[in-house]
Amino acid sequence: MITLSNIHKSFGSLHVLRGLDLTFREGEVTAILGPNASGKTTLLKCILGLVGPDDGTITVKDIPLSGSERYRRWIGYMPQIAQFPENLTVKQVLAMIEDLREEEPVRKEELIKSLRLEPELKKPLKTLSGGTRQKVSAVIALMFDPDIIILDEPTAGLDPLSSSVLKDHIQAEKKRGKTLLLTSHIMSEIEELSDRVVYLLEGQIQYDGSVKKLTEESGEVRLERAVARMMQNGHAKPSEEAADETLTDQAT
Amino acid sequence: MQTISLPLSSLWKILKYGLYDVMRSRWVLFYGLFFLAATDVLFRFGGTGERVIVSLMNVVLYVVPLVAVMLGAMFLYNSREYVTLLLTQPLKRQSIFGGVYAGLTVPLCLMFLLGVSLPFFYHGGITPDVMQAFVLLLFSGVMLTAIFVALGFAIALVHEDRVRGMGLALAHWLFFAVVYNGIVLFIVYFFGHYPIENGVVALTFLNPLDLARIILLLEFELSAMMGFTGAVFRQFFGSGMGIGLAIGALFVWLLVPLGLSLRYFKRKDL
Repeated sequence: MITLSNIHKSFGSLHVLRGLDLTFREGEVTAILGPNASGKTTLLKCILGLVGPDDGTITVKDIPLSGSERYRRWIGYMPQIAQFPENLTVKQVLAMIEDLREEEPVRKEELIKSLRLEPELKKPLKTLSGGTRQKVSAVIALMFDPDIIILDEPTAGLDPLSSSVLKDHIQAEKKRGKTLLLTSHIMSEIEELSDRVVYLLEGQIQYDGSVKKLTEESGEVRLERAVARMMQNGHAKPSEEAADETLTDQAT
Repeated sequence: MQTISLPLSSLWKILKYGLYDVMRSRWVLFYGLFFLAATDVLFRFGGTGERVIVSLMNVVLYVVPLVAVMLGAMFLYNSREYVTLLLTQPLKRQSIFGGVYAGLTVPLCLMFLLGVSLPFFYHGGITPDVMQAFVLLLFSGVMLTAIFVALGFAIALVHEDRVRGMGLALAHWLFFAVVYNGIVLFIVYFFGHYPIENGVVALTFLNPLDLARIILLLEFELSAMMGFTGAVFRQFFGSGMGIGLAIGALFVWLLVPLGLSLRYFKRKDL
């Protein structure tokens, strides 16, 4: 479980996160949505400890983040852009991560097989395509069987087969009771994978609820339409103080 | 059962994989070959050990800082996503910083040492009378590599914009290698009739390149090549003490930018 309370973060004069209160539970896939520059990535980075919040507290499995790096043992992270030391082979990169984490991978072989990475194992990273790098990144994020999985646009750049394999893995992780967070611009994917949607606008929570509730409240059939409507409304009244009621009013 | 790791052990691991990576890249090989060729050619043009060291000194003083500061900045810009990947693992920031820094500095130093030493060995250039100078040359090259990679890292950490960072790295090299001499010349020319020696000695400590140059010239007692700062330096401290102080100052030059960069890196949002 991850809890954020009253998280504020500014970069210079830009107030990116404005007092976020959120809880991410086990066995739940939460999609973080929002227009560009709404604070999605900053939110993920705060949880990963890449960015230090100016105010507020974050706890991971009830342990407050206090500059110690040990909690990252519980997290598997797949970044939007994956890059590794160019001259290492895939096998070496995986060995390096195992070595650094001092952990035995649980699901490595299974992931390599299902993502069809075997032929690439001995190739140096610099010869691999963006999609193959993404697969390597997925293996790294999932192979240690972490309790918390954070995926930043996981299927971007993957071919349809790999993308569906990865989605199967995500579903399986959810069934195992993991806490999953993901961002994506593909609404059908979010509809397929997530239980809950958190919509951020200008660093505040504009909507937090189930995918089903969101589509129902907006009066749209598809999530994509519902989110588009929310974006439109949000941008029309950017200063509005968030929350479901506003959204419901606008939708009706 | 998971073991509790010391930060140092992760540093070594990051360095190890960094070495696998960097030692396989072509530019590191070229860097080594460049010194090999330069040293070899100097021997072939009729140099003895001592003359080769003095000529080589000028190559080392200009090329090592230029390559180190530019590669240092570029390496960090190119490793940004890799560093982020490391940061999302249960590793301390200081281990990551140390590992990535050493991952570039160690191969550069190795290539420099190999490139310069090999011709000395097979041309039989190391005689007892130049042994100390030879060691000081290698030492200066290693220190300049470490210092200028640290400077390059500091620049790339503080400036997000790559073009600006690379420009600044070049500007730093230009300042230490060229502009600084101009400033010293200017001061000596216009204020030569005032007692400026103390000021000039202080000025020397502000340039690691000048410190390395003075170390080697003091060793050879080559007053003709010392320039104003070197001559004043010797007059001030004498040769032995001068070399010792300059070496100490080089270590300060290494530790200060490195320490400041580490401090900055530990707090930086990435």
